[in-house]
Amino acid sequence: MIIWLFLHLALLLLFAPMLNGIIIKTKALFGGRVGAPLLQSYYDLARLWRKGFVFSRTTTWVFLAGPVVGLAVPLVASLLIPFGALPAPISFEGDLILFVYLFALSRFFTVASALDTGSSFEGMGAAREVTFSCLAEPTLLFVLLVLARLSDGLSLDTLLGSHLLTAWHSDAGASLGLILVCLFLVLLVENSRIPFDDPNTHLELTMIHEVMVLDHSGPALGMILYGAALKMMVMGALLVRLAIPWQTGWWLSDALLFLAGLAGLAVLIGVVESIMARLRLPRVPQVLVGTMLLSIFALVLVLR
Amino acid sequence: MDTGESEMIWLLSGIVLTSFAGVPGLFFSREGSGRERLACTLTLAGTFSGLIAVAMVLSSAGEIRLDLPWSLPGGALALRLDPLAAVFLLPLFLVVAAGSVYGLRYWPQRENPGNGRKLRLFYGLISGAIMLVLTARNGMLFLMAWEVMALAGFFLITTEEHKEEARRAGYIYLIATHTGTLALFALFALLDHTSGSLMFPDAGTLTAAGSGLMFLLGLFGFGMKAGLMPLHIWLPGAHAAAPSHASALLSGVMIKSGIYGLVRFTSFFAEIPAWWGWTLLLLGAISGILGVALAIAQHDIKRLLAYHSVENIGIIALGLGLALLGRSYDQPVLVILGLSGCLLHVVNHGLFKSLLFLSAGSVIHAAGTRDIDQLGGLLKRQPWTGALFLGAAVAISGLPPFNGFISEWLIYLGALQPLKHQNSILGMAVLTVPALALIGGLALACFVKVFGIVFLGEARSEAAVQAHEAPLSMLVPMALLLVACAWIGLLPTTLVPLLRGAVENWAGTDGGTMLGGSFAPLGWVSLIGWLLLALLAAVGLWLSRISRKVPRAIGTWGCGFQFPAPRMQYTASSFADFLVRLFHFGLWSERHGGQVTGLLPGVTRFSSHTPDTVLDRMLFPIFLGAAWLCRLLRACIHNGVIAVYLLYIALTVIVLLALFIL
Repeated sequence: MIIWLFLHLALLLLFAPMLNGIIIKTKALFGGRVGAPLLQSYYDLARLWRKGFVFSRTTTWVFLAGPVVGLAVPLVASLLIPFGALPAPISFEGDLILFVYLFALSRFFTVASALDTGSSFEGMGAAREVTFSCLAEPTLLFVLLVLARLSDGLSLDTLLGSHLLTAWHSDAGASLGLILVCLFLVLLVENSRIPFDDPNTHLELTMIHEVMVLDHSGPALGMILYGAALKMMVMGALLVRLAIPWQTGWWLSDALLFLAGLAGLAVLIGVVESIMARLRLPRVPQVLVGTMLLSIFALVLVLR
Repeated sequence: MDTGESEMIWLLSGIVLTSFAGVPGLFFSREGSGRERLACTLTLAGTFSGLIAVAMVLSSAGEIRLDLPWSLPGGALALRLDPLAAVFLLPLFLVVAAGSVYGLRYWPQRENPGNGRKLRLFYGLISGAIMLVLTARNGMLFLMAWEVMALAGFFLITTEEHKEEARRAGYIYLIATHTGTLALFALFALLDHTSGSLMFPDAGTLTAAGSGLMFLLGLFGFGMKAGLMPLHIWLPGAHAAAPSHASALLSGVMIKSGIYGLVRFTSFFAEIPAWWGWTLLLLGAISGILGVALAIAQHDIKRLLAYHSVENIGIIALGLGLALLGRSYDQPVLVILGLSGCLLHVVNHGLFKSLLFLSAGSVIHAAGTRDIDQLGGLLKRQPWTGALFLGAAVAISGLPPFNGFISEWLIYLGALQPLKHQNSILGMAVLTVPALALIGGLALACFVKVFGIVFLGEARSEAAVQAHEAPLSMLVPMALLLVACAWIGLLPTTLVPLLRGAVENWAGTDGGTMLGGSFAPLGWVSLIGWLLLALLAAVGLWLSRISRKVPRAIGTWGCGFQFPAPRMQYTASSFADFLVRLFHFGLWSERHGGQVTGLLPGVTRFSSHTPDTVLDRMLFPIFLGAAWLCRLLRACIHNGVIAVYLLYIALTVIVLLALFIL
């Protein structure tokens, strides 16, 4: 139990920043550049760690609560989700709801810390963030409903159990394909990637997540970036397990398979970012509502 | 079964002490202190005495009862205190006690000589009346207490009767509550007809025959009081107009008497038709989603909180609907999860909503305005009020590790149960899950908006700059409510025996033993809550330690603009604009101005306003139309031509003669 816990956390803490490196590398290859080294995210974190803070006189303690919650929540949430075939350290009936609501808690404090600066740009980002996640949250729940229908429990561990392999071959395969697409879109919007948000833009007016952390600096910014990387890996774990439901039976090969799946996901995100432009803001809700309809259709397919 | 009447004396003295707490003050001059401390002491003694009675019920796991003969027809004067009533009584005691201490400084007699004594009189009276409503087991007694509660509520809302707004809200409330009471009179008459007595029947003793009309009457009468969506018309205005601790009592406790009525009424029946549960699920989803959407569009902090009551009543109705469906389709797990979630949310909403109203009152007391767009930056001037409001905001958004999450989680678990069954009609109930997720997402958006705009950023008006922290006697009652919220969130297993007893009371079964066990492992949730709290504390302490010495000397970066002003910050309206436009189909917000023309535009204005969909958009036009029709009719009949009046007399005589001959 304790060993599993340590393995789980070690995989998460060590590998999470790598995903961003893979995405950047993929985009660089598409652009015909050499690009930053794969470990660039680690260097960035180390550099931010050594820097000092800059605080606006408008801010209060809530400004620092955002990074703290943003780092702690993915850590706790990761305990509930299996990493590939490695089981979740903590698993109980109904933990899927807790998983969703933990991320809502982190959103609450990220948005509050953005509003704490009193800057209208951060207000814009905050308003967009809460609006889009309102539309993405029902989709995530529909996806979990489909998975719960196919399994015989209500914990993430049983939802993502070994029965998925047979489910892919059964009538439910079409549903699983649909929710895989939905989950990928939810992952993109929750982790502020193109086509919903552009993490590299230099125009505050168009940003969502990046503009909310505009005034953070030093270790606090490092915590936000690290927390975002953890969040991407934890949410990615959901998708990877669904797409690669095999298990080898030996923990090392299971872990390697899981990491390979995550790397593949990062490459996929990089490809999407390279070949697509960011959507106009009024289009984003339409895409999200479309995704929700797709997930409802998937649920109808398994409920009938 | 404990039937001792000696325990009942605690409850009775509780009811009497709280009801008449404001009476001694009436005999003293309005210019003095009006014996406000005496009223507060009596209220505290009354709630404490009631608390002892509830503790006795919980420790003996039975019920305490009182039966006295009385001269009115239809049974005896009967009071029962069982776990189901105790669930509703516990938050009542806490909120009433906290509100009465809070009121000492919030509404002191010296500053309000005109209405202070009246406020305390009706505050006590409504508290006692609700206690009686929750324990009465005779239809006649129930209706009497119900009417006292309704009228005392009217006087609380119109405390500031010199204000047009308060009078208007009071009259709308009075019309609404009496329309509801009318339905209840019919309901109890039918119940008397069915069971042969005005005494409440025991759980599960009535047959479903002819119960459809009774359910509709109960849904209308009790739903009107609870504020279910199309019937919520009185709620926003009333909660905004009353003094804050009275709003806390009205919103946290009084509207729950409607839910209590529905829960108690549905417990009478042995079998429950399936359409009852579906109706409640549908109404709950509508209340939840439209309630929170309307809340997002509000600029008045108390009106906003009032719409959140509509939303939370919707969540409670979802839980009750699931429990009813569980009874209809014979799914005991669904009954337990749905009803426990519903009842726990009643307790939770009572706690965090009254805390929100009290801390909003502290803001209004300090800054003198209810307009969110006039406030800002209050966390620096009111650090404790702000922190308490933040706690309550996290709790009401249903986020872990606070209590709102626990009850919503139970309802979620209930809503997930139908997935396991092949019954395809019951399977539709899983749609509760995404509905709850949407409600949760919108509530989060709304509360982060309120907290962010009111407490963070820079002050938007001079009044907000001058604001000061509330005195200790206002902060301590609020802190007590937050502790209760955190308690339920972090130690939910302590409430399992109470909920188990209540579910047994309602369903008449012994299935409640499973709660907290394998299918609803509250222990694990509380473990994750503690883990999260410990991690947050560790990381937070470390970060605050390394950043402590950093000066906060520069302004927020304005993207190169040199002269940022507080007015340039995002306001509540601009924050909500995106969502309000998405929900245009249900809100129909009015937008005026904002159009900019020309290369060098002059001064331009923009305003947005969201009237109530049901009251302002439907009922007022309908009533105005009806009044116009009646006027038209009167103008035709009563037209001042004497010949026509003579014709009326002749016609009447002819008709009477015809009747006489026939």
